[in-house]
Amino acid sequence: MTRRVVITGIGVRAPGGLGTKAFWELIAAGATATRPISLFDASGFRSQVAGECDFDPDFEGLSPRQQRRLDRATQFSVVCARDAIEDSGLDPGQLDPATLGVTIGSAVGAATSLEREYLVLSDSGRHWVMNEDHLSPHMFDYLVPSAMPREVAWEIGAEGPVTMVSTGCTSGIDAVGYAVDLVRSGTVAAMIAGASDTPVSPIVAACFDAIKATTPRLDEPERASRPFDASRNGFVLAEGAAMFVVEEYEHARKRGAEIYAEVAGYATRCNAYHMTGLRVDGVEMAEAIDVALAQARMRPDELDYVNAHGSGTKQNDRHETAAFKRSLGDHAYRVPVSSIKSMVGHSLGAIGSIEIAASALAITHGVVPPTANLHEPDPECDLDYVPLEAREARLDNVLTVGSGFGGFQSAMALRAVS
Amino acid sequence: MSESAQVVGMGVAAPSGLSVEDHWAAVLAGRTSIGPVTGFDASGYPVRLAGQIRDFDAEAHLPKRLLPQSDRVTRLALVTAATALAGADVADGDLDSFDQGVVFANAQGGSAFTHREFRKLWTKGPAEVSVYESFAWFYAVNTGQVSIRHGMRGPCGALVAEQAGGLDAISLARRRIREGARLMVTGGFDSAFDPWGFLAQSAHGRLSRAADPRRAYRPFDRAVNGYVPGEGGAVLVLEAGSSARRRDAPSHGEIAGHAATFDPRPGSGRPSTLRRAIELAMADAGVSTVDVVFADSAGVPELDRIEAAAIEDVFGRRGVPVTAPKAGFGRLGAGGGPVDVLTALLSIRDSVIPPTPHTTDVPDDYGLDLVLDAPRHQRVETALVLARGYGGFNSALVVRGNAKEGQDG
Repeated sequence: MTRRVVITGIGVRAPGGLGTKAFWELIAAGATATRPISLFDASGFRSQVAGECDFDPDFEGLSPRQQRRLDRATQFSVVCARDAIEDSGLDPGQLDPATLGVTIGSAVGAATSLEREYLVLSDSGRHWVMNEDHLSPHMFDYLVPSAMPREVAWEIGAEGPVTMVSTGCTSGIDAVGYAVDLVRSGTVAAMIAGASDTPVSPIVAACFDAIKATTPRLDEPERASRPFDASRNGFVLAEGAAMFVVEEYEHARKRGAEIYAEVAGYATRCNAYHMTGLRVDGVEMAEAIDVALAQARMRPDELDYVNAHGSGTKQNDRHETAAFKRSLGDHAYRVPVSSIKSMVGHSLGAIGSIEIAASALAITHGVVPPTANLHEPDPECDLDYVPLEAREARLDNVLTVGSGFGGFQSAMALRAVS
Repeated sequence: MSESAQVVGMGVAAPSGLSVEDHWAAVLAGRTSIGPVTGFDASGYPVRLAGQIRDFDAEAHLPKRLLPQSDRVTRLALVTAATALAGADVADGDLDSFDQGVVFANAQGGSAFTHREFRKLWTKGPAEVSVYESFAWFYAVNTGQVSIRHGMRGPCGALVAEQAGGLDAISLARRRIREGARLMVTGGFDSAFDPWGFLAQSAHGRLSRAADPRRAYRPFDRAVNGYVPGEGGAVLVLEAGSSARRRDAPSHGEIAGHAATFDPRPGSGRPSTLRRAIELAMADAGVSTVDVVFADSAGVPELDRIEAAAIEDVFGRRGVPVTAPKAGFGRLGAGGGPVDVLTALLSIRDSVIPPTPHTTDVPDDYGLDLVLDAPRHQRVETALVLARGYGGFNSALVVRGNAKEGQDG
């Protein structure tokens, strides 16, 4: 008998109001949270908008020592993990620590702290060979970002498997998929799983400027992220995190936990094509979708909602639309498809987990979040992308997908649990 | 019954050698592959020694177009993967591209490449940053580049758990084989010997400040005083037992068991979980003992003591031969575990346990039968490899020789 795996707790920090409730209210209202970059002076950059979090570490209950020591993305991870555990009603102290693990996804790890320390060590880039006088004792944690799951494991007393999954922009799906595998196989009873990225920093902005992946749009920053719209011209960089309590079904049921959704299927594939490019036919993403649905024993025409990657780059939106048609057939034209990146931007590795949160909450609330800023669809994107306004609907089966640099394509199927 | 994960190809790039046989010869001889840091003037640095790879000629082995877009760590991974796959002798058309995947561990990203781009950004402006920086830097770069070069479209992954990540990656690849993939390229690599990366590696204070390469990294020695960081890693090509049998591919051995645990927060008063990782990995492999242990060998007194105690608890006092070839070339981050797995498979092949260089005086109360001075010739059918990552990550992996039952899957 295969063990079933369910989500029993959610913690989110996303742009536009912090906390899971504020996040859901934002996306259910079709409101957007992209704005001119305030975290650094972006005046010399091609793209100058971002989805930023007004994160207050004091308000979030992080100690002065944690604030000094921990990278911003790690701070996000810790507070989201606390929220997810509180939300789930799980008492880690009641569990055998050996049966509890942690998996966190991140694309760029401690990029913010790396850049800050780089400027100190190199005297703003003047020195190639540096002086150890200004070396932070925490520098190793910034170089090697497995410090992120370590902090969460310490926080909750986990002594089972702990690791970081770093597959670029699919990290947020792959980290949860990794955790689901471990719960399903019986290795652990529960995992804290999710992803965090805080890449709104000069070096990461420059990376995407260089390949014109982010939008150069300067007017109307709140309308900068336009997936599937004919006028889209790049994604909007963002930060955020989402963490979950991922738990074996019987374990959750016995303690009377509320269940958001079952994680019924997961798969990931490589496109073996290009580090940043996508083939137009979407065949590898379609393969990931097919495998995830087969694992979930879900027929394509049973899907009630598809949470798209929908980054708002021309090549992604077409690639993904082709993948949906390939996997879902005619049902691709009937099922609502939407991108919450239109509202909270693209937080790299984190967004996959934030989108799992959106999918699970969509099931719970019976609401399909919309694609904001979608006024005139690209003729090549001819599916029902739920423009502008959310829709009420009973959602039993939901698919969420991700696509990223390195050629990674991931898909996860969620099912309502009655 | 689930598939076995057979090792049908392997390659290594380490300070000890750039081919499997060169590495094995160096390890058996207990050669010291540690020396003063090269590539920049480290005379002002507190740490002067490292295990760096000499004579790596990426230009000779890689297409020109890959050079400007790749950090040294990715070049090492690409060249080693190509060698390992050549050894696996998979012909075009043998396997469907969706049945072949890649899982690598990496802990330090593309350090030197990204250091140059940080410098360009802050001295010349964002317009000067390379179009390749977005992926040459990130931790998944080796997985992506290897999958592209070899046309592998199956399950992929990239893990970070410092030194433990390499064994976790091999275990994830094995899981994918059990789920239905036929071939998985796996392992781990790290390289961060630009001035910033090297300095960052020293920040936790565990690196040896010794000046003599023969006295710098002496795991389990009474006089241990830190470890020497190195660069490189290994690639293992895993194939499902049924698939290997079908195309008559010879196997170097099987990835038979694995477990990962995490140590409690320092000061919690709770004990290390390394012993549990060992017991779970052996249970996963269905074995009650092994013929040799390749130790993690942190080179830090408290950590060496914990590891010695865990081994003694499981196997009894001096109950199993223990070795640490990495004392000769350093700790390779994500590459360390995979190199030890490869060395363990060679141990099984040649019935000999390589020695632990440099260590001479092991405290008697460690209860360790550490193989010192010279190789020990004995039959080796199973080996346990241990890797611990900074912060409390424990990973334990069991490999088994390809005895008859090995390929039955």
